[in-house]
Amino acid sequence: MRKKKVVVGMSGGVDSSVAAYLLKEQGYEVIGVTMQIWQEEAQEKPGREEGGCCGLSAVEDARRVAQFLGIPYYVMNFRKEFREKVVDYFVGEYLHGRTPNPCIACNRYVKWESLLHRSLAIGADYIATGHYARVERLANGRYAICHSVTAAKDQTYALYSLTQEQLAHTLMPIGSYEKDKIRSIARELGLPVANKPDSQEICFIPDHDYAGFIDRETKGQAPGPGNFVTAGGETLGVHKGITHYTIGQRKGLELAMGRPVFVTQIRPETNEVVIGEGEDVFSKELLCGQVNYMAMEEGELDAKGTRRAVAKIRYAHKGAGCRIEKAGEGRIRCTFEEPVRAVTPGQAVVFYEDGYVLGGGTIIRE
Amino acid sequence: MKRHVIYLDNAATTRTAPEAVEAMLPYFSEQYGNPSSIYSVGCAAKEAVIKARETIASTLGAKTNEIYFTGGGSEADNWALVGVAEAYAEKGKHIITSKIEHHAVLHTCQYLEKRGYEVTYLDVDENGIVKPEEVERAIRPDTILISVMFANNEIGTLQPVREIGEIAKRHKTLFHTDAVQAYGHVPIRVDELHIDLLSASGHKFHGPKGIGFLYLRAGVKMRAFLHGGQQERGRRAGTENVPGIVGLGRAAQLAFSRMEENGAREKELRDYLIGRMEKEVPYCRLNGDRERRLSNNVNFSFRFVEGESLLIMLDMKGICASSGSACTSGSLDPSHVLLAIGLPHEIAHGSLRLTVSAENTREEMDETVDAVKEIVAKLRDMSPLYEDFQKGKSAPERI
Repeated sequence: MRKKKVVVGMSGGVDSSVAAYLLKEQGYEVIGVTMQIWQEEAQEKPGREEGGCCGLSAVEDARRVAQFLGIPYYVMNFRKEFREKVVDYFVGEYLHGRTPNPCIACNRYVKWESLLHRSLAIGADYIATGHYARVERLANGRYAICHSVTAAKDQTYALYSLTQEQLAHTLMPIGSYEKDKIRSIARELGLPVANKPDSQEICFIPDHDYAGFIDRETKGQAPGPGNFVTAGGETLGVHKGITHYTIGQRKGLELAMGRPVFVTQIRPETNEVVIGEGEDVFSKELLCGQVNYMAMEEGELDAKGTRRAVAKIRYAHKGAGCRIEKAGEGRIRCTFEEPVRAVTPGQAVVFYEDGYVLGGGTIIRE
Repeated sequence: MKRHVIYLDNAATTRTAPEAVEAMLPYFSEQYGNPSSIYSVGCAAKEAVIKARETIASTLGAKTNEIYFTGGGSEADNWALVGVAEAYAEKGKHIITSKIEHHAVLHTCQYLEKRGYEVTYLDVDENGIVKPEEVERAIRPDTILISVMFANNEIGTLQPVREIGEIAKRHKTLFHTDAVQAYGHVPIRVDELHIDLLSASGHKFHGPKGIGFLYLRAGVKMRAFLHGGQQERGRRAGTENVPGIVGLGRAAQLAFSRMEENGAREKELRDYLIGRMEKEVPYCRLNGDRERRLSNNVNFSFRFVEGESLLIMLDMKGICASSGSACTSGSLDPSHVLLAIGLPHEIAHGSLRLTVSAENTREEMDETVDAVKEIVAKLRDMSPLYEDFQKGKSAPERI
């Protein structure tokens, strides 16, 4: 029988390198691919620190690893897709007063939609990544992502939007290992990248200056200063522009109120940033749209039309108990057992049950 | 399991001729001397360098003191442009070049622009040919250099070098030509063509990598490129790459002695490949000029096909091809050459360069066309654009 062919997305880091190795050991015909997404801009600024998973050094490192493992290796250009689906989206969301998660957009449109399509086109059966997550086929016939055995490095949140079709063609071989084990496999093999540090933060903004990035991208057309206001309509001062703020933010407001205050809302239509106190940042419920159902099918609810779940409302969120219910086409309303802090429009909410991703959506401002 | 490889990327590099390798070997082992030293081991090396210089000079109808060995074609291009620009800065700071030059020329021009030089980038026609009258029109009193390539590396077009040379001569301005793709493949007489500077590279004509030369007409002022010893008339210091120079000389000798025969064979393979491709692969387009074209170059665009996937799938079948220029194949942006001849972005993306050598066979051409046919059909099967096109949703746009 023909060996199953798998394209491994290689970032040049430890995780994806070991993923390629493990798949080769498991008998797959492995092809290494690095997705080139943001090189040009990095090249224009020589000496700048390479951030994230897909920089220039990624290609060199990944190529060396592929050579070391004896697998074919290619670079695929996804700059156009990344620009349109991730960067433009990222900027647009900020301009609309929302706080996007570009990694989710990248996973959904670039890593899966585009890479999978091109991989299938060149004759692959699967794509694989070095995510700390597992893909499983459930009793109800559906595919779902579930927590990796390394709880500390769980990466399921940013993968909630994968479709059933995509999951059917996806392998995540390192999800069944502890992070330490992956590092030790890399060292034992003598992989050239065994001691490379993990990548962090948003890859295309290595200096973390989001507002500055948006200013450059919009050529200074981003909305400028406006008013800090209270929910009651009282003006408190002047803010630097809505793209500088996110819900729940306390630092950097430069408001002398004599007590801790927070951003509770961003109003792009009036260019206002709403300020409130501690309890104002907490919400009992949220609404999300563009829902993707994963472990559960749409409408798989209890007699009352609800389902218990654990919701994560941002990447680093520990999760909060809640009930979910349908709230119109492609929408879910989620009611928390205890109020949660800083529900942020634009971020994703992901619902879990027993460690499986039930589904998730984008938080909408009501 | 070692698969048969079909090598069709001879514009990227060529297999070093066994004769060249053999000629080089003694200069690693017995004749390792430094050509600048006085004892006999050094003298043998010196002699070898002189011989190679004579060989190269004779292939161009040049004098030996007009040949400067360099570390390759890019170095020769960089030196030609920067060296002339600096030496003639008092006369003027204007340079004329074309939009389809190799990056070794284009990026050097950009470097000069940042240092106060002005560069005119000439358009090309739809076949990728520079119009001599436009060269003439671009000349100004402060023009110091015209740099137009002899043959394009992506689409193989041969430029009207003689006409441009005559224009340069008439206007008393210098003429440099990047002949990296042409030298060793077509006859070049620098006097007849009025060429003042010419760049060439060893590994493009079955010589070794990392060695090339710059032809610099005697009397042309030139800034030194590397400062140090007296090598290369004090203009390019550093102990000579003796084995490389020997290999370069030997490869040049072979290339010129077999030029007619190899050229004819390449042309036959090229035309066979083009013929079958055009007959059997729908919606393809030959880029470049049909007549004024290097005998080894084939460049096609395929609609509804991602060039990147095509190359990967060809590689899986053991066929080495390229999307255009080797230097940019890590980053498959549409080629500046294909955009310059007016191809829209999406079509420029789906291009394939196949460059043959006399070592290729007709069977390999057949295998390649069969593979391209199969892969293009498969990729189109998966292309939503092609699906729409088949359904007649989008009006067929002529390419």
